[in-house]
Amino acid sequence: MSFLTYLINGLSLGSIYAIIALGYTMVYGIAKMLNFAHGDFIMVGCYVIFTVSGALSGNSVVGIIVAIVLCTLLGITTEFIAYRPLRGAASPLAVLITAIGVSYLLENVALLIFGADIKSFTSVISWEGLSLAGGQLKIQGVTIVTIIISLVILLVLQLFINKTKQGQAMLAVAEDKGAATLMGINVNKTIMLTFAIGSALAAIAGALLCSAYPSLSPYTGAMPGIKAFVAAVLGGIGSIPGAMIGGLLLGIVEILSKTYISSQLSDAIVFGILVIVLLVKPTGILGKVIQEKV
Amino acid sequence: MKKFKDLLSVTLVSAMLAGTIAGCGNATEATSTEESAQADGAVFKIGAIGPLTGGAAAYGNAVCNAAELAVDEINAAGGINGYQVAYSKEDDELNAEKSVNAYNTLKDWGMQLLVGSTTSACSIAVSEYTKQDNMFQLTPSGSAEDCVKYDNVFRVCFSDPNQGIASAQYIDEHSLATKVGIIYDSSDVYSNGIYQKFVAESEGKNYEVVSAEAFTQDNNTDFSVQLQKAKDAGADLVFLPIYYKDASLILTQANTMGYAPTFFGVDGMDGILTVENFDTSLAEGLMLLTPFAADATDDLTVNFVTNYQEKYGEVPNQFAADAYDAVYIIKQALEAKGATPDMSVSDICEAVKSAMTEIEATGLTSSKMTWDASGEPNKEPKAVVIKDGAYVSAD
Amino acid sequence: MKSKKIRDNYITYAVVILAYIIFQILASTGHLSSHMKGLLVPMTYYAVIAVALNLCVGILGELSIGHCGFMCIGAFTSAFFSKVTEESIPQAPRFILAFIIGIAFAALFGFLIGIPVLRLKGDYLAIVTLAFGEIIKNIINAFYIGVDSNGIHFSMKNSMELGMDPEGEVIVNGAMGITGTPHDANFTIGIIVLLLTLIVVQNLVNSRDGRAIMAIRDNYIAAEATGINVTRYKMMAFTISAAIAGAAGVLFSHNITTLTASSQYFGYNASIMILVYVVLGGIGNIRGSVIAACILYMLPELLRGLNTYRMLIYSIVLIVMMIVNWSPKVIDYRKKLVAGFKKG
Repeated sequence: MSFLTYLINGLSLGSIYAIIALGYTMVYGIAKMLNFAHGDFIMVGCYVIFTVSGALSGNSVVGIIVAIVLCTLLGITTEFIAYRPLRGAASPLAVLITAIGVSYLLENVALLIFGADIKSFTSVISWEGLSLAGGQLKIQGVTIVTIIISLVILLVLQLFINKTKQGQAMLAVAEDKGAATLMGINVNKTIMLTFAIGSALAAIAGALLCSAYPSLSPYTGAMPGIKAFVAAVLGGIGSIPGAMIGGLLLGIVEILSKTYISSQLSDAIVFGILVIVLLVKPTGILGKVIQEKV
Repeated sequence: MKKFKDLLSVTLVSAMLAGTIAGCGNATEATSTEESAQADGAVFKIGAIGPLTGGAAAYGNAVCNAAELAVDEINAAGGINGYQVAYSKEDDELNAEKSVNAYNTLKDWGMQLLVGSTTSACSIAVSEYTKQDNMFQLTPSGSAEDCVKYDNVFRVCFSDPNQGIASAQYIDEHSLATKVGIIYDSSDVYSNGIYQKFVAESEGKNYEVVSAEAFTQDNNTDFSVQLQKAKDAGADLVFLPIYYKDASLILTQANTMGYAPTFFGVDGMDGILTVENFDTSLAEGLMLLTPFAADATDDLTVNFVTNYQEKYGEVPNQFAADAYDAVYIIKQALEAKGATPDMSVSDICEAVKSAMTEIEATGLTSSKMTWDASGEPNKEPKAVVIKDGAYVSAD
Repeated sequence: MKSKKIRDNYITYAVVILAYIIFQILASTGHLSSHMKGLLVPMTYYAVIAVALNLCVGILGELSIGHCGFMCIGAFTSAFFSKVTEESIPQAPRFILAFIIGIAFAALFGFLIGIPVLRLKGDYLAIVTLAFGEIIKNIINAFYIGVDSNGIHFSMKNSMELGMDPEGEVIVNGAMGITGTPHDANFTIGIIVLLLTLIVVQNLVNSRDGRAIMAIRDNYIAAEATGINVTRYKMMAFTISAAIAGAAGVLFSHNITTLTASSQYFGYNASIMILVYVVLGGIGNIRGSVIAACILYMLPELLRGLNTYRMLIYSIVLIVMMIVNWSPKVIDYRKKLVAGFKKG
């Protein structure tokens, strides 16, 4: 029974990683850039919800909508100002470093506006959750909602990418920017759309992250962001179902290794498993193997 | 392209040289202001160091703000021995190397007495240099044993071992539990220090330690495993030698999983009631050993809390109280020896050092504090329990 | 062609030596503030690790975001050695031995980690180096090593389990790390290490081995087809890079008396900071790494006067510098500007 409890705990942590990883992998897979600031977009989303809901005496729905809009705008602006000028730079590392700069910038702006002290976030989900087996097993409401929302996002994204013109354009851009331009695809517009979607997803992920773990500070997004990135790589870069699987797997492994091996060494174990998975499947669980040619 | 690279490196080198010269410029500037200050009435120069940015910024800001508040009050009341006090703070980002840089910056500014560093590892690193310069260092909150290794360093807060022992004794004497679980931060010096002493001291007490689970600062969002293990082991008291930031999450998660043991914290727990938007009913029954409570009703505390809130818009925590006391302790020690700002740094240090073992200070964190030459304070820890969202004395 | 390269190398050495002489003169004539003096040693070891990372990223062409892990190994092994032998060996030979130990262990781990890591490619390789960096940090945080009359005691749980004599001393105390490492490093030693690093890396780059390594970077398959032993050269570059990072770690641990394996020194964020030095200095440009490391380390320190806005301004400067240095459009524009000047 206790194993099941731990498994459920792993599932709730994993579901949070998964929903962040979905947004991460969108940008990562299509714009081919590691947006280190993604975790900080999440943090911005959380602060917006916190402030708006506070001002409207707890109306979180409006807060979430405002957060989604603002994060989308933030994503588009960042892409336009900081990332677009570096597209086609001599090294892909240039944009990576800029993303780190953006991450520092957002953290320090938040630090100046909201201060360093933590704020307690009121859950946007009031549902208590399910109680199974006579109250011995509890699944939190936020876990169930997170899993449902991530599945919905997964489906919508898959449909969007495979069935719509813009989605197909994204795939084309991901495959080969030059060829996509020749096919009449507006690469800049497509990547901007990708950022818009990725940032909107960050706002949703933020709402759920802070509902599950209600402590908000300027650095809230950083570590979950990195873990979600690991999850995205574990699942296979650019694969949307892969991000989901990677996230859930990472959460479960983390909780079970804390439980059965060592709570001190759980980070090492989680990263160790990542190494092993990548050695067996060098492009992640669902990643595509690309044949290299001369 | 090659041309451009050359151009770039030339610009960079010149930028570096410009920077160095600017650095030198600062140095000369600092001495000149010092001279002018001495010409038109000398001032004592007190510096403070703490993490003002980064994950631990809440602690560093508390220390630096409260020290500033104390200095302002002292200046308004006529200064120390009739001399005004100048104050400066520097950021160390919770990084020992940066803390030393901050110390050197303050030294260039002309600092004579140091309040800091805020955190243990930084404080130890800085003490290596204050020892060399023989500058008096009073750390408000550096609690690790090694912080006061040198004779020129004293501290205001309890040491880590001290807190671990006091907690174990308190739980034993008041028969609070039969089975104790511990959740501690294995990546944090403070938490580790208390945890180790607590476990060692628990030997032969009327309770047993049934679970001890760690977390790290890279892994501090989910505490379900640590709580579940304490619950499965039947712990009726969970000891939390950690800061309130993580503790507020632990309390929330314990509540959602329906686990309600007695929670017992140490001085880092203070501040939990002031977390914005925190449901204080979750902290009901939480016990903690702390020298400071922001809602105490004595005049000193009330004044401090109102002024601090007015100026910085936050309720001060235990870090702030320690730093506020630190400045007043320095004042008392300087006055005891009749020290003046024109004395050398080393002479001031010697004077204050010998005064420290003689004075008896009254402050926010204790009504009676004395020190011995080792630098450790002697003061009584107070146990408080949270009732109806406020601290109440536990005895 | 060849003489130009060699001349280029000498320029680098000259820049470092010149900087050393300038700083020494400034310091001895009292024109250097304590703050600047304190920055000199950190500047040398960040320059050393930036050169190490440039060897890995620029010359070998593999992105590593866990290089501070090797620095961590070098720092801990050497600090442990120095602490244990503080009383028994005099300072100079002890510090040399500490260097050898730190470098050897970092190289060993570089080799062991290189075996799995270098089988991967691109972003997957990068994430695995990040993983190893975090693993090293996490495991060292759980090390408890003590020394007493019965020898060395070791535990992975807590210091109570060591079962030590009361007189024994806990050397590595988990997250509390090692305190009281002798303060052996100074600016002169830092500069010597930096010069040795430059000599090793620049000679490697200009050697037959170096050309093989760069051939692998430029075209892996073509290099393999011409008979270059790809694995061997990759391992060679990666191990040397790790060893140099270890040397930076030795300087680090003997400059600050408290050594803890925490994120702000050895985590992925710290590794990324080094990567920032490398990228801004120019990928593959060794001299650029040294200069960028010094400037970027100094920048937040020089901005101290701005207090809370310090890191904010630093981040904006970082973004602007990246765009100015790397954006294809800005580069075009600047070329036109330079051409315009020449005409006029």
